[in-house]
Amino acid sequence: MAWFKRSKENIASETQKKEVPDGLWTKCEQCGEIIHRTELEKSQFTCAKCGAHFRIGSKEYVGIILDEGSFKEYDRRMRSGDPLKFVDTKRYRDRVSEAMKKSKLHDAVCWGTGTIEKQPIVLAAMDFSFIGGSMGSVVGEKIGRAIDKAFKTKTTLLIISSSGGARMMEGALSLMQMAKTSAKLARLAEAGVGFVSLLTDPTTGGVTASYAMLGDVIIAEPGALIGFAGPRVIKQTIGKDLPPGFQRSEFLLEHGFVDMIVHRKDLHAEISRLVRYFSTRSPGSHR
Amino acid sequence: MAKMVLDFEKPIIELEQKIEEMRRYAGNPDIAAEIVKIEVRVNQLQQTIYAGLTRWQKVQLARHPDRPYTLDYISLMTKDFVELHGDRSFRDDHAIVGGFARLDDVAVMIIGHQKGRDTKSNVYRNFGMPNPEGYRKALRLMKLAEKFRMPVVTLLDTPGAYPGLEAEERGQAEAIARNLFEMARLRVPIVVAIIGEGASGGALGLGVGDRILMMENSWYSVISPESCSSILWRSWEFKEQAAEALQLTAPDLKKQGIIDDIVPEPKGGAHRNPEQAARVLKETLLQELKALAKVKPEKFLERRIEKFSKMGVWVG
Repeated sequence: MAWFKRSKENIASETQKKEVPDGLWTKCEQCGEIIHRTELEKSQFTCAKCGAHFRIGSKEYVGIILDEGSFKEYDRRMRSGDPLKFVDTKRYRDRVSEAMKKSKLHDAVCWGTGTIEKQPIVLAAMDFSFIGGSMGSVVGEKIGRAIDKAFKTKTTLLIISSSGGARMMEGALSLMQMAKTSAKLARLAEAGVGFVSLLTDPTTGGVTASYAMLGDVIIAEPGALIGFAGPRVIKQTIGKDLPPGFQRSEFLLEHGFVDMIVHRKDLHAEISRLVRYFSTRSPGSHR
Repeated sequence: MAKMVLDFEKPIIELEQKIEEMRRYAGNPDIAAEIVKIEVRVNQLQQTIYAGLTRWQKVQLARHPDRPYTLDYISLMTKDFVELHGDRSFRDDHAIVGGFARLDDVAVMIIGHQKGRDTKSNVYRNFGMPNPEGYRKALRLMKLAEKFRMPVVTLLDTPGAYPGLEAEERGQAEAIARNLFEMARLRVPIVVAIIGEGASGGALGLGVGDRILMMENSWYSVISPESCSSILWRSWEFKEQAAEALQLTAPDLKKQGIIDDIVPEPKGGAHRNPEQAARVLKETLLQELKALAKVKPEKFLERRIEKFSKMGVWVG
């Protein structure tokens, strides 16, 4: 018998830590505080002591942002068609099935309609827990349909991003979802319909380089990693350590790429305020 | 200039060199007959080698250092090129070039990624990897084209947008996103041709248009085979498999419904005969522009939405 046995599991990457575990108690990665599940829910999955925001999914965001019971989901069962029959160390098909089983979702985004302080809104929210929130055909199509709905009903659009980027396993088709969603956002803009983009931890790659950065107003949650290239790649490229806070929400605010940083507990009120402004028709305006 | 020879090009190049040598003695009828025989063999060899190229070998062709780049195509295809510089905000990015030019008598705004050919020019061109100001310069030129009702031609050839610290500070993601958004609604025709490497968002940042063409030996995908290998296989060693899995060649993209047409290259690739490659590309561009000339300015956005909406495969 071997004295040492190598664990088969890979070393977890740094972006997969902050998920809310299923257990009763959660330890805050940032300050070490141990928080009870009910406390965590009451504080919208943030740490009451240090303010850290835990990574949550579309379902939680719907609960936090929309009026209770107002959400109506569309295309819930849409799933990947594996167009390239992609195989790396695993078959993509199997990755998708596993992700579906584990997350109880069909892909990395959910979209629907609802209200926020009684004002109608179209919402799309991504799930990082589904293959790193990666954007393939399904994400592109569902985001696209959300934009179409906002366009047809002249309703403010809210997209909540959380993604490692485009999904490699659908090749160039994933890349084209960036063009698809951005083109539809151009039409939405020309129709004078508002779009709020909410960036959560992490928002990187092809999602940042398309709809996430195209909001009329861009909100970021505190401390979220937001960028085009991932920090590891940049570090490799420049051969230097990255400055503290690089690519975090506060850094983006400083450099002029987001409008505001909003604590999760204030999202509902803040977005509602924006929606109200978007639908204002001031006297003398021609619309 | 020292020619670079890829492994699979070697047998052909060797035979060609042999023919060159033998030509010196072509007065001898035996040698002349031998030359003809070898030429036939070269032809056969070319056909079998190039018909059987793996996807990774095509990626190597797309990166061939003797391959024509944007400025080569501009000088071979167009006349009266007026290069324009700068994004009017930060600086001039040398990894993207562009300006007014004429394809025959058709005035166009031509914009493309630009690589360097040796260490010095590659440093100057940042290896064809743009910073945000490159995309912003490109957008500025496209807006100029719109103002003067001139069609836009973009030539894509980049290993990716530059993943640097300053690029992030200046909003690489925003710059690319803005281009996708603005190109979708630009009120003049846009014809896109991938002439070499079409790596991810860095390529797509110049890649939204009415017609998308790919040169026969170019590649276009969401990630380079090397990076894909390093992420999914956790090693740089699986680039060949990654290239196969990504299905990133021109015929692959045609099959996936992403590109409209493949532009044939001279035997052995564009670098074996840049003049011919440029002639074919130019004719193709002119045909595409002619067909698009009839589209009304207010129709472009709808058409582009329709075009890109078709891309993707899902169930349910």
